[in-house]
Amino acid sequence: MTTTYGPLAIWAVVLVVGVATFAIRYSFVYLFGRIDGVPPRLEEALRFVPAAVLAALVAPAIVDPGPTLTATVLDDRFLAGVVAAVVAWYTENMFATIAIGLLALWAVGAVV
Amino acid sequence: MFPDDFLAGVRAALPSLLGLVPFGLVAGIAAVDAGLSPLQAVGLSAVVFAGASQLAAVDLLSQDASLAVVVVTAIVINLRMAMYSASIAPYFQSLRRRWSMVCSYLLTDVSYALSITEFGEESGTDRRWYYLGVGGAIWTVWQLTTVAGVLLGTGLPESWGVGFAVPLVFLSLLVSDVSDRPRLVAALVGGSVAVVGAAWPLNLGLVGGALAGVVAGVVADGRDR
Repeated sequence: MTTTYGPLAIWAVVLVVGVATFAIRYSFVYLFGRIDGVPPRLEEALRFVPAAVLAALVAPAIVDPGPTLTATVLDDRFLAGVVAAVVAWYTENMFATIAIGLLALWAVGAVV
Repeated sequence: MFPDDFLAGVRAALPSLLGLVPFGLVAGIAAVDAGLSPLQAVGLSAVVFAGASQLAAVDLLSQDASLAVVVVTAIVINLRMAMYSASIAPYFQSLRRRWSMVCSYLLTDVSYALSITEFGEESGTDRRWYYLGVGGAIWTVWQLTTVAGVLLGTGLPESWGVGFAVPLVFLSLLVSDVSDRPRLVAALVGGSVAVVGAAWPLNLGLVGGALAGVVAGVVADGRDR
């Protein structure tokens, strides 16, 4: 899919995310000596942000709930995603995960 | 021309650079696929310089999500860097402000992990040069692979399904992050809520999934103790 946003909106996103990301990176370097660091409760929550957000981004792209469980599982993106997850787990290699995941998508698409 | 400790940093980063190549390529390809101009795609990598958040922003832009959701999601993904900032701050204190800002801009998962390990050892390494070696190598590869991805992306037919590479990158990052049970719970809950809420307006499925996942992770961690 292609965005319908114009150049102004896209550059605004680039700029706002860029400035905010720099602010996060620089935050405690700037504040050093003034505050002790990340409050423990916040740090506890921050530890789970990557897993939660990444899963929320991935899952809808590979799980498309069908009318039955069989229809949900026998979906080319779901099957390719499972293959890729197994590859990611055993190889911890992003290139292998992408390559085999794409191949699996093509292969399953030819069969299912 | 470069100090030895700079080169030592570059060498330390080498293995991770290999993993960065496909990631950067996908970031470039996905950006032009989503309708960003080549300049915008490269600008995104240069200004933001944080892969997972870039891909999330591009992915959401391609779905015409509201700009607030695009921006908030990208920023939330990068919040983890506040932990790195706090942890590495003591080592940046001796630097002039200009250099501490450059080093902060170069702060990534990998540059943090490699440098904090080296800094912990009293090995006499010039920390600034070592850090700039690690960060500079990662930065250079990231920019070059984005450009290569942009060039490739404009030539790839959509029917090849290369767009599926974006969730595959997220999947790869997710699997390497899920190193204990609480994180697994966070991922399972976050993913489930996002699937159930996939059709909710304003990408509330994504936002709700992320929030529910974090809460579930904290709860699971409390029980494990």
